[in-house]
Amino acid sequence: MEVCGGQTHALLRHGLDRLLEDSIELIHGPGCPVCVTDSERIDQAIALVKKPEVTLCSYGDMLRVPGSDGSNLLGCRSEGADVRVIYSPLDVLEIARRERDRQVVFLAVGFETTAPATGLLVQQAHQQRLTNLRLLMAHVRVAPALDQLLGDPACTVQGLLAAGHVCAVMGEAEYVDLAAQHRRPIVMTGFSPEALLRGILCCIKQLEEGRHDLRNAYEAVVDQGGNRDARRLIETVFEPVDRVWRGLGVIGKGGYRLRDPYSALAVEPEELDGQPYGNGQCPSGQVLRGLMRPGDCPSFGDACTPAHPLGAPMVSSEGACAAYFRFHH
Amino acid sequence: MGHGGGGRLMRELITELVVPKLGHQKNVLHDAALLYTPGPQLAFSTDSYVVRPLFFPGGDIGRLAVYGSVNDLAMAGARPLALSLSLIIEEGLEVDCLARVIDSVGEACRGIGVEVITGDTKVVERGKGDGLFINSTAIGVVEHPLNISPSAIRPGDAVIVSGDLGRHGLAVLSARAELGLRSPIESDLACLLEPVMELLAAGVELHCLRDLTRGGLASASDEIARSGQCTLQLEQQRIPVHPSVNAACEVLGLDPIAMANEGRMLVICPAEQVGLALTVLRRYQPEAARVGKVGERWADGSSLDVRYPVSLISELGVNCPVVLAEGEQIPRIC
Amino acid sequence: MCLAVAGELVSSNHHPDPLWRVGDVSFAGVLRQVSLACVPTAQIGDQLLVHVGVALKVMEPE
Repeated sequence: MEVCGGQTHALLRHGLDRLLEDSIELIHGPGCPVCVTDSERIDQAIALVKKPEVTLCSYGDMLRVPGSDGSNLLGCRSEGADVRVIYSPLDVLEIARRERDRQVVFLAVGFETTAPATGLLVQQAHQQRLTNLRLLMAHVRVAPALDQLLGDPACTVQGLLAAGHVCAVMGEAEYVDLAAQHRRPIVMTGFSPEALLRGILCCIKQLEEGRHDLRNAYEAVVDQGGNRDARRLIETVFEPVDRVWRGLGVIGKGGYRLRDPYSALAVEPEELDGQPYGNGQCPSGQVLRGLMRPGDCPSFGDACTPAHPLGAPMVSSEGACAAYFRFHH
Repeated sequence: MGHGGGGRLMRELITELVVPKLGHQKNVLHDAALLYTPGPQLAFSTDSYVVRPLFFPGGDIGRLAVYGSVNDLAMAGARPLALSLSLIIEEGLEVDCLARVIDSVGEACRGIGVEVITGDTKVVERGKGDGLFINSTAIGVVEHPLNISPSAIRPGDAVIVSGDLGRHGLAVLSARAELGLRSPIESDLACLLEPVMELLAAGVELHCLRDLTRGGLASASDEIARSGQCTLQLEQQRIPVHPSVNAACEVLGLDPIAMANEGRMLVICPAEQVGLALTVLRRYQPEAARVGKVGERWADGSSLDVRYPVSLISELGVNCPVVLAEGEQIPRIC
Repeated sequence: MCLAVAGELVSSNHHPDPLWRVGDVSFAGVLRQVSLACVPTAQIGDQLLVHVGVALKVMEPE
């Protein structure tokens, strides 16, 4: 399984999955913070931006993610809501500073790769005592979700390609533990076709040799200790909290919330009702564990397509089902 | 608002700003302009221009309105005879801004040797327009015997692009400032009339021409494949893209082959004439290149996967379908 | 989560507080302001790995 949506995208774009032998099966993991963002968060974002005084800033990826009634932020924008696509959270500070009459809300999603950027925005806003900026927190932590996935006895994943850029920030520690605990090889992998093949090869070699270690196949970017400054920043601004991953249910300590003294910048308290495996029609949990192929799902290609997705893996182009739909259907 | 009301203000706007800048064959303001047509086959095209911002590196909406419509005619191998120009102006647009746009229209027309001979002006309320919308319609004449259209493409034909891709998309992105990218790259906005006329004069048997606009090479090739009922195979490594365009696309998660262009075209011609075609095209854009070929024709009941009639051979040699984005490409971080 | 691209640091505001230290990174000529808060050792001319406008690593010259 490759964890990160960016890796899935690269695999498909370059046709690597079809280049590999049939004996190697790639399961596209839940590695897209976009498609694991719970629909309730999207509903909250939509409700907020419909207020005339609110400016919602978001990464472009989030605009097509459906809320629980199928509507999305892109639809809101075309109806006149002030939804702004930004590249960096630091741009959100500028918007809030420049437009004091607007209530600026930032939809803060991402893995640990993105957490430092959100953290900087939070510290800057706090220092400047901005009163018109809030964050709708939806950050997730990868290791706890992998822990749950790999811990499920029905999970068929034999090896893991860890998201190289998450590891660039977090370093090796969490993944060493995961490899040892679940006795599966984990290889920290990059995003180019060569880097992906290198990661896959390393994983296969370990499996053939019966090993289950953590290896680094992305040495140009990943250091053992990660980025200490970034990690310190994360620890200062955030604390782990239970979070719903769309399709997987509640992941214990699977998310981040703002810790004091920054918590006043968060829009809502962090409590969410956990929904096991998303809505009843979408068996995404099984897909993500490798128990069901996208094509085997009764809704696949019919009630559920990229244009009107029912669940997480069909939402973004990197989701397992969306990918399958485009390239194998 | 008064300027659109049909009264004195409107007459002044037209006679004192628009007409002097565009010149006029007879300077008679009547409802219809008259044309004498030299040939038996006319070409006719219309397009509306809604670009934001109105002025971007390498161009503006005025020049775009002229080149865009003349390019449409050129894609049929037609020479333009005359243009119409309709303006929908948002209340509050500065007169100076409008003047600069009209100046640009005039300059573009003079460069091509064509005139705007009829037009219209309307003003809409503040908030109901993006500053300025322009519609231009072009009439031209076909003076060659070829049928230049998707239906003329044949299996084995060469697929050529007339230059490097995506500059217009990047220029507009960086002019919009919201994403904070600053780039020296200007739009590739250009008139394609001359290269097309030269291709015809050189004896290239043009099967199909298509100017690349929104949606870039991906959209244009998809449309041609579907209309021409043939698959198209493109080769990633042959597609010319400026390093800055590539870099901006990497940073924002966009696909260079789906970026907008306004001065590039697809040329589909017999494989034997590639050298001749490229010799002509490279005098205008040195990066003109053959990027692929026309594949098989599909018939009803064929087993070809015609959901995605265009495929891209990746750097690793794997054939990947070209899937069009749902709508406009949106930057991503994932 | 993961689109990170390497570019060259071409300028810095040398702000004494890392929180506010930013510089321009050039990606093949395309400039973007980037936070240098997480790469305190970065020098002009270094290749930086950048994700959503934040530099996460100084790359070793190859």
